[in-house]
Amino acid sequence: MTADSQRRRIERHPILEPLSGEEVDFTFNGRTLKGRRGEVVSSALFASGIRIFGHHPEDGSSQGMFCANGQCSQCSVLVNGVPVKGCIVPLEEGMDVRSMDGLPQLPNQSCPPYSQPVEVETDVLVLGAGPSGMAAAIELGRAGVDTLIVDDKSEPGGKLVLQTHKFFGSVEDCRAGTRGIHLARWLYDELSEHDSVQLWLDSIALAVYSDGKVGVRCPRGYRLVVPRHILVATGARELSLSFPGNALPGVYGAGAFQTLVNRDRIRSSERLFVVGGGNVGLIAAYHALQADMTVVGLAEALPECGGYYVHADKIRRLGVPIYTRHTVVAAHGEEHLEAVTIAEVDDEFHPLPGTERSFRVDTLLVAVGLDPVDEFARKAEEFGIPVLSAGDAEEIAEASAAMFTGRTRGRQIACSLGASDRECPSDWREKAEVLKQPGGKVHPYRVPEHSEGVFPVLHCNQEIPCNPCITSCPLELIRTEGHPILGIPEFEGKCSGCLRCVAICPGLAVTLVDYRKDNQRPGVVVPFELGEWRLREGESMDLTDMKGEVLGKGMLRRVTKAPGSPQTLLLHLDVDASFANRVAGVRVQDPSQVEPLPEPLPVPIADDAVACRCERVTAGEIRRHLRGGVRDLNELKALTRAGFGACGGKTCKPLIARLCREEGIPPEQLEGLTERPLFAETRLGFFCGGAEDR
Amino acid sequence: MSSYDVVVIGAGSVGTPLSMELAERGLRVLCLDREASAGRGNNRCAIGGIRATHSEPAKVSLCLRSLEVFGSWEETYGDDIGWREGGYCYVAYDDRTRSLLRGIVSDQRKAGLSITWNDPSVILELVPGIREEGLLGGTYSPHDGSANPMQACYAFHRRAANLGAEFGFGETVLGLEAGESRAMVRTDRGEYECGSVVNCAGSHARDLGSMVGVDLPVNPDSHEAGITEPVEIFFGPMVVDIRKGPGSANYYFYQHATGQVVFCITPDPVIPGTDDRETSEFLPMVSRRMVDLYPRLGNLKVRRTWRGCYPQTPDGSPILGRCGSESHYVAVGMCGQGFMLGPGVASLMARLITGESTSDDAAVLRELGPDRDFGSEEALK
Repeated sequence: MTADSQRRRIERHPILEPLSGEEVDFTFNGRTLKGRRGEVVSSALFASGIRIFGHHPEDGSSQGMFCANGQCSQCSVLVNGVPVKGCIVPLEEGMDVRSMDGLPQLPNQSCPPYSQPVEVETDVLVLGAGPSGMAAAIELGRAGVDTLIVDDKSEPGGKLVLQTHKFFGSVEDCRAGTRGIHLARWLYDELSEHDSVQLWLDSIALAVYSDGKVGVRCPRGYRLVVPRHILVATGARELSLSFPGNALPGVYGAGAFQTLVNRDRIRSSERLFVVGGGNVGLIAAYHALQADMTVVGLAEALPECGGYYVHADKIRRLGVPIYTRHTVVAAHGEEHLEAVTIAEVDDEFHPLPGTERSFRVDTLLVAVGLDPVDEFARKAEEFGIPVLSAGDAEEIAEASAAMFTGRTRGRQIACSLGASDRECPSDWREKAEVLKQPGGKVHPYRVPEHSEGVFPVLHCNQEIPCNPCITSCPLELIRTEGHPILGIPEFEGKCSGCLRCVAICPGLAVTLVDYRKDNQRPGVVVPFELGEWRLREGESMDLTDMKGEVLGKGMLRRVTKAPGSPQTLLLHLDVDASFANRVAGVRVQDPSQVEPLPEPLPVPIADDAVACRCERVTAGEIRRHLRGGVRDLNELKALTRAGFGACGGKTCKPLIARLCREEGIPPEQLEGLTERPLFAETRLGFFCGGAEDR
Repeated sequence: MSSYDVVVIGAGSVGTPLSMELAERGLRVLCLDREASAGRGNNRCAIGGIRATHSEPAKVSLCLRSLEVFGSWEETYGDDIGWREGGYCYVAYDDRTRSLLRGIVSDQRKAGLSITWNDPSVILELVPGIREEGLLGGTYSPHDGSANPMQACYAFHRRAANLGAEFGFGETVLGLEAGESRAMVRTDRGEYECGSVVNCAGSHARDLGSMVGVDLPVNPDSHEAGITEPVEIFFGPMVVDIRKGPGSANYYFYQHATGQVVFCITPDPVIPGTDDRETSEFLPMVSRRMVDLYPRLGNLKVRRTWRGCYPQTPDGSPILGRCGSESHYVAVGMCGQGFMLGPGVASLMARLITGESTSDDAAVLRELGPDRDFGSEEALK
């Protein structure tokens, strides 16, 4: 591989094990490239620096990665002559991959052998093997209920498998302090112990039909599953934003980013910007740092980030500027994103002219919220099929809450089918509510003022559902006066310096200060998860306070592995006593890396934004029809074609809803869209026995 | 109480162009529909095929007019309605079908239609890659075509509204009285007096007729349809296979102007009623027949499916004309052909209502009038 393509592959990662996989040759537009057998075609192209996969038939606009989830069709390419979505087709030796410029030609093919779809009966069909689906299936398995769980990915765990950070919640209810990737494995191991539970991977539900059957596309063929009960655990999809340049390759969601980076180990960008300060955006920024990318900044329209403060503070400390009360007003570039412009917003979120700042970036992650994937649940309800939802499909919250609601739903279904009389304990409902809490009340931040002995400093002053530090202290010296899970932890007593609280904190918000050896230059231990290769023992490092302000320098004396969490490194620093207690982190990004361009770039008009990227319908066109009086969203769809594309309206629907709100149209005046199958485009030949649709 | 020259009930494939035709003639028109916008009943369920190559002279003449409207719309009014003159091709793979299709070609040509019987080689050129084995030939009518039903309906609606026709959407008709000179329409919003009322209520035609004591033999049954991703245009005509298969009668598909393939199948036996909820049987059934006939289609990704109604009449032809009393008209029972018949029916009805009927119109109205004998059935229903 060339040096460039080596740089584009993540060969070293602080948390993730390196990927193995045989190197194979394939061609793109006739040029021979190298990829990894079995990785998806789009990732193989990314690894070779190809980020433009074709051009749209409507307006010739360049097309690249967007959902990385098999839902949109922007990564479409021709593989051996057949149009396919690059993000779901595994790479094989000798594949002839071509860019899709305009409409593809349909190849001739011979008739597949005909077969009838196989019907499969099951007591419970769980859609989605993420945290909630697996937790539910485990409960159903415990009750011996015949359960089938289907998931469109090759690996169980849903989005957990992309999460390299430790999760919040409570240790006893959802293994707080454990990384997402490990939670996925733990859930799967539990699941595998139950004989009554079957898991189908690479299998996607296509439709819930009125005759009570659920169409599933799986590697062995088309299956019609006939369940007595459905549990929808399909998670969420990301919302997007309307700004000029929003459909340029290089602008995509945090989910796609995490797939490229944490699943496929592609260093998809050098410099990126994030819009959206919820947990998803904050974590994506953190994952980018872990993958050795420069995070130029993060914009959040609200006065404060909506995500947990510990997540925001963690990236601030590492040197990522967070621009609150800012939004993205334009993405710039001809064929691919080259720069982004942000601006300050007023109380109504309108950009303030003259406040624009532009940054040179190659990637813009849009992380402005999630929407439940709830269409299967709605259809099942409409058709009278018993159905419940869990996790994000029910209500957007953290994976810790998803596991808990999944467990609850699993028990409820087991009871409703008469397979168990173990009803949910009465406190589960309240616990679920606690685990679903967004960041809550902020308390005064208190740093100890004494300078003797050894003690932890808890740089944590917002009520969030998280308590691993409390449970981790063997001397039980970390307690809370508030709610046992939500309350602010406080330390009091004589610390042994065991470092467990430093090691387990998901927010990396606990440090240990030790004055015992030297009360002028005490030792400070700071957790660090960005890779050993960034560190040199003996070097001087920029130390920051909780919010990322630089306090001064400290000398890195040594690096050790955290007890019980070997992927978390502990930096043992010698620090001036005047600020040692306030040290919360080390800065890795120099301010010179994240500066705006000297002058802001010119911003195109807002109407140029793309509302429907599949059909290339602009926000201006949507606004024109809304202003012309159209109130039936079905009419809007027919008039503009917005929503008729490959993704089935999944991306533009919430965006159009947002445009309606911006136009001041009350929701009750709008006639909602009629939903139609299929959930994902599927080859016609597949339904009569053709080969798997990938 | 508001007063109109004509109240049209139903803003679908027929009522919308009719409102436009009436407004063009300077009449005060109100068009009522229970749905939120035009074409939200079964117009949007139509797949978009438009042909004049029927076997009944009345339908031939109505659809020739429709083809004129669809074919010239964009040029005349500037709206893209997705018109494509791709033709229709009925294929024969057995002797029965061949003799049926060949048998009516001469009558169709006599009726002025451009249609030919063709050898397999011609069909293979029109539909490259269609199954060659067993192909006995087929008809081809090059001037038939297709358009986008929703876009067309909205275009008719826009023009009608621009000409002054009023539309009452989200408004349900609760009562109807039709006398010799005036009619009254009562809805959940108000009452309207008018010179004429026209029932264009599609699947609801029978219910509406019963409000004025007329029993219209219109019974909906349901059909499912689907649409694929777009690819470069690779075949020309609407392909119709009228053979029976397991659980189905005929099926048909064409490539729309966008490059998407749209398809539909007729269940056998029919499924009576207005149930429009998707079923698990449709895709396996239709894909088997389509891929078997045209293997190339197997590679196309299905994007969306839906189900809609065919408001059927006993003989497979629409019911058009004055009905019961002088102020009451019906344009119902389109049998799944409302979209292609719409503009033609609208012209005819507008002339009838305004007293401009021609002698040709009279012949059509005799053939399709509400008092006809419903005993005979059309060959190419």
